[in-house]
Amino acid sequence: MQELAQMDPIRAQVRGRRWRVSARPVTRSRAWRLVRRNMPLALMALPAVVWLFINNYVPMAGLVVAFKNYRPPAGIWGSPWIGLQNFRYLFATQDGWRILRNSLLNNGLFIVTDTVVAVAVAILLYRVYQHYLTRFYQSAMFFPYFVSWVIVQAFVFALLDPDRGLVNQWLAGLGVEKVYWYSQARDWRAILTLVELWKGLGFWSIVYLAGLMAISPEIYEAAEVDGASAWQQTWRITLPLLAPLITINVLLLIGRILYSDFGLFYIVPRDQGLLYPVTDVIDTYVFRALRTTGKLGMASAAGFYQAVVGLALVLVANMVVRRLDPEKALF
Amino acid sequence: MKGGHRYRVERNLGNIVVHVILGAIGVICLLPLLLIISASFSKETEIARYGYTFFPRTFTTYAYGYILQNPTQILRGYGVTTFVTVVGTLVGLLMMSLLAYVLSRPDFALRKHLSFYVFFTMLFNGGLVPWYIWMTKGLHLKETVWSLIWPYLIVPWYVLLLRTYFSGLSQDLLDAARIDGAGEWRLFFQIVVPLSTPSLATVGLFLILKYWNDWYLAMLFVQENAKLQPLQYMLYRILTNVQAIARAPGSTSMPPILTVRMAMSVLATGPAALVFLLVQRYFVRGITIGALKY
Repeated sequence: MQELAQMDPIRAQVRGRRWRVSARPVTRSRAWRLVRRNMPLALMALPAVVWLFINNYVPMAGLVVAFKNYRPPAGIWGSPWIGLQNFRYLFATQDGWRILRNSLLNNGLFIVTDTVVAVAVAILLYRVYQHYLTRFYQSAMFFPYFVSWVIVQAFVFALLDPDRGLVNQWLAGLGVEKVYWYSQARDWRAILTLVELWKGLGFWSIVYLAGLMAISPEIYEAAEVDGASAWQQTWRITLPLLAPLITINVLLLIGRILYSDFGLFYIVPRDQGLLYPVTDVIDTYVFRALRTTGKLGMASAAGFYQAVVGLALVLVANMVVRRLDPEKALF
Repeated sequence: MKGGHRYRVERNLGNIVVHVILGAIGVICLLPLLLIISASFSKETEIARYGYTFFPRTFTTYAYGYILQNPTQILRGYGVTTFVTVVGTLVGLLMMSLLAYVLSRPDFALRKHLSFYVFFTMLFNGGLVPWYIWMTKGLHLKETVWSLIWPYLIVPWYVLLLRTYFSGLSQDLLDAARIDGAGEWRLFFQIVVPLSTPSLATVGLFLILKYWNDWYLAMLFVQENAKLQPLQYMLYRILTNVQAIARAPGSTSMPPILTVRMAMSVLATGPAALVFLLVQRYFVRGITIGALKY
């Protein structure tokens, strides 16, 4: 370090420490040095900072729309305040409670199903990972991840079309009357769960497979020496060691429980009104208000509480995660 | 990806059961695709009468022929999507990698503040209504191609991935370069970037996937201009609106809707899905890193 400093006093800044060895008196204030040194980096980050400001932070000011009676000609700032009126309207109607219930129920169901199946599949994949066929299983499971919801809608339609769909053909073969799938809401919680599972399995199984790979094989070898069966190894070693990863992911998903996958809830049910009792979530409700119904007041109220309650949920979830494993917390 | 640690794969009943289960799941994942492909190669009248089947009763390429007689629609869809994807990915990747690099530098004075500023947006937003009003009334992006590019330029999760990778770069190498007199910009573009090509490729592919499959932005912002419809949104319109299918030149009757819809689906999705499957290891890598970071 000393030699370095003598060779090049101004540039002797190694590893970020402001290591200045100079025979000259300090002529500039410390602050200036700080600014000058960090300026290039700050400039590099500037485009992103500006973008985030324009795209994410500016609209946050628009949250006040929830407390106003929005009139397009007047814009956001010209429209009159109406306090909590929008929220009262929203929860006075059936819609307000329905979208909340659906968001919570559907997403909650997805969290449980996706996690359980993905962990199981990851364990199975891990067991036969050396085999050449495993690559094909994984590719096949990953395929749905790469297609858009639009084509998923086509897939589901080919199955559930009342007149020509495969499912009704099978039912007819069994002597059962055909079901008008797009007209009755009852089965759609299950349908949506299956579709979401189909699409997400590739992704989530990779997440948990990564967790499995991180487990040292020596533990398994020791267990085998002790005579543990595959079941015992799974139950006593794999699951407990995977538990932190599972917990963290589940908690983070819970933090986002009010936010729904728009493609799944809007595109796949083909926006059929008869299915809304099960498929209408906060995100679809807000979108429809924007595009069709024009009930911007209630939609803004819904968006507001989605953002605020969502933030609270994530903060709580993160607090819990931090208690379990500080490294894995988001912040 | 390195294999599972069982270096001795035994042939026993347990393993056979596992293979059967995984194979069945794999097949189920692909079955819907088979339905669609089969329908695209079927006769319209047979689909209308007998419904969708795994194999066509009568094999025909009529639906494809119909589309290719007037390919403007699908070609335009490909054109818009390609433009949006290329521009979006290049600009987005540049911005995000610059940001992630700055975030990864421990000596950056504002590091904690910048981190908070960036990742807070993952936790909280203004909601769809304010954002929509701002994009249309404030930024005047409605019915422009930029409305299809702008919203995905920075994705905090991808920034996180990149930052994780940049943090792992050898500090000694960077220090050596700095002592040799490299400024920050040169350091980034001439040393960091070449060292990071796998990571940049991974995030780049995630971003390409995001842009390529997008229909949401078009649904919000491109309603009137049919020439500006990206591929998946065009497909959505065809699948839900009978009028949306472009007629073959010279035909006065209705097109064979059912089979044309299926053929369109295959044409709009097939090639891309295949390409993504070919490069899936990048996605696996990205997801793995993201998972273990959590």
